[in-house]
Amino acid sequence: MFKIENLHAGVEDKSILKGIDLQINAGEVHAVMGPNGSGKSTLAQIIAGRDGYDITQGTMEFRGRDLLDCGPEERAHLGVFLAFQYPVEIPGVNTTYFLKAAVNEVRKARGLPEMDAVKFLQYIREKAKLLDLPGDFLKRSINTGFSGGEKKRNEIFQMAVLEPDFAVLDETDSGLDIDALKTVSHGVNQLRNAQRAQLVITHYQRLLDYIVPDIVHVLHDGRIVRSGDRDLALELEKRGYSWVAEASATLPA
Amino acid sequence: MTDSVATLPHPNDLPFSAPAAEPEWLSSLRRSAWDRFERIGWPTLADEDWRFTNLNPLKQLSLTPSRKPASPVTREAVEARSLLKGIEAVRLIFVDGYFAPELSDRPEFDHGIHVASLGQALGNSNGSYRPYLTAPTRPELNAFAALNTAWFADGVAVSVPPRQTVSLPILAIFAAHGAAEGPTTNPRNFLRLQEGSSATFIEEHVSLNETPYLTNAVTECLVGEQASVEHLKIQDQSPATHHLATFHAWLERHSRLSSHSLALGARLARNDLRVKLEGEGAECVLNGLYLTDGQRLADHHMVVDHVAPRCQSHEYFNGILSDRSRGVFHGRILVQQEAQKTDAKQTSKSLLLSDEAVVNTKPQLEIYADDVKCTHGATIGQMDEEAIFYLRARGIPLPVAQQIIQLAFAEEIVERIQERAVRQRLADVVQERLKIT
Ligand SMILES: Nc1ncnc2c1ncn2[C@@H]1O[C@H](COP(=O)(O)OP(=O)(O)OP(=O)(O)O)[C@@H](O)[C@H]1O
Ligand SMILES: [Mg+2]
Repeated sequence: MFKIENLHAGVEDKSILKGIDLQINAGEVHAVMGPNGSGKSTLAQIIAGRDGYDITQGTMEFRGRDLLDCGPEERAHLGVFLAFQYPVEIPGVNTTYFLKAAVNEVRKARGLPEMDAVKFLQYIREKAKLLDLPGDFLKRSINTGFSGGEKKRNEIFQMAVLEPDFAVLDETDSGLDIDALKTVSHGVNQLRNAQRAQLVITHYQRLLDYIVPDIVHVLHDGRIVRSGDRDLALELEKRGYSWVAEASATLPA
Repeated sequence: MTDSVATLPHPNDLPFSAPAAEPEWLSSLRRSAWDRFERIGWPTLADEDWRFTNLNPLKQLSLTPSRKPASPVTREAVEARSLLKGIEAVRLIFVDGYFAPELSDRPEFDHGIHVASLGQALGNSNGSYRPYLTAPTRPELNAFAALNTAWFADGVAVSVPPRQTVSLPILAIFAAHGAAEGPTTNPRNFLRLQEGSSATFIEEHVSLNETPYLTNAVTECLVGEQASVEHLKIQDQSPATHHLATFHAWLERHSRLSSHSLALGARLARNDLRVKLEGEGAECVLNGLYLTDGQRLADHHMVVDHVAPRCQSHEYFNGILSDRSRGVFHGRILVQQEAQKTDAKQTSKSLLLSDEAVVNTKPQLEIYADDVKCTHGATIGQMDEEAIFYLRARGIPLPVAQQIIQLAFAEEIVERIQERAVRQRLADVVQERLKIT
């Protein structure tokens, strides 16, 4: 369903991703772990279509579509979603208004009629309940003045509203308390089905107790140096990243 | 006398302000204002307060006060230009600077509330407006306010007795025709709110055709103890026109003023705002939005003078600039020695939609008291790339995302307008103006 081949990307003269291969099939959840600065967020942003990175080699496709050829909005219309590591505050733009615009743009792109205002409100209230969000959330400006944890929850709330087929979660667990972690994971798991896929970036294997991955990858210095089942996450927790880094250095290139 | 003013007519030579037509005190007021105007002359770029705003194009016009319109204008024609069409208000309509009673509502307020044409009030009253027009503040008049005093024909006079509330917004529409030679209209408004009273006054400046003229407006506002006033100035003149405006307010103890400026039109628009916080605990909010395109210029120049202790002043100015247009924001906060516990805040933000648009900002804090809180901040920049990406990543197409960001930026200002129907209408207008084309 989602496939990256030999992706090289960077900024100006710095190369960040140095040959990523990744294939995710429908119904799967993959996790990506890796030390700070290894390129996890860069990968996530490039999947979502962020400008400003030079993609020097490689391909990326989703359900047969060449994603590198699509703007961020088109990717969203196709069903790609990124939960940001650092969600952006947008003062003055009301959350409900924003979500309505987003939902209707996606519907429009898919040839569906717009959702009427009343139905939409009901719909998002239900989703807000699912994520246990405070009542005034929907009236506030996007992320403005939200606490770190609230911002993360807002990302998953948006995901629940947009129901993407391929979601990338960039450190959504960082900054969440243990109850919020459960609620958020529940929200994510609700979207799991045989037609959809998820890519979960995290530093903590704890999240993977709640969102159970099929495959775990370790990203190191712009390369996936190891992939395995969820035991790999437990092993990493015990032995740290230096262990994979060293191990991968001894592998034949 | 400087050369450039030599060709302008003296007030004694104008039909409506000839000494025979008005009381002697007014004639003498006009003469001294004229003398002052002659003495100061046109500001030039060398003048610190006019560094970024070049008035040379004005000098091409042979300025002279506009004459009464030769042919009648209908209320429909005026309202067609008004952004507040249909909003509930008491409307006083002025055409080319002259009161048009046949187009205006006949305000009938009880309890001694007085809302009328200033020209009429000066003509037929017992001189009760005299003390305010001749207040000791005159020496502060800039060249244009002085010229206005010399030349003004009419405007709105509002007087609200103690503890009275004017139930409807007072809307003065200044509609003008341009002409090849560039006539000048000189609206002059005067508001006096006595102790504990409140009112909303809106001045709207619009054009009836697309030819040049100059508006040179002055609004003065005395806000008595615990009185509160909301003042709104909507400037939506044609791009062929120039607009100069001075707003002076004096605030007594625990009074409140919020003054909003919406600069949407004119080739060049300059707003001088002067607020004096004279009584303890007074509060003022100066709030402004400008949208410029083409080669237009919008300039807000303000001086907030904290004289008394425990006063608050907040200024918020946002501008959205495209093409080669320019914005100027000059905010001076003066905190005098007596003005302890002053809380003064100033922010100016501009959004540049083109590489060629320019904004000049100049915050200026002058503080002579030691226990004060004063902050200022200015941001000038392009639209936030991160925010645009965030919206696009949720499926919102680029042009819509840009429009959402611009609108939010403008809304920040519009939402401070307290008068609800007016606020909602102006929010719609701004949305329309920022529409993607
Ligand atoms: N736009 C950019 N300009 C310059 N350098 C960048 C840019 N984006 C990323 N980098 C650099 O690329 C490297 C990878 O960054 P990235 O944010 O992808 O790391 P990460 O794996 O997500 O780290 P963390 O775990 O701290 O979130 C870092 O060295 C970072 O400084
Ligand atoms: Mg990261």
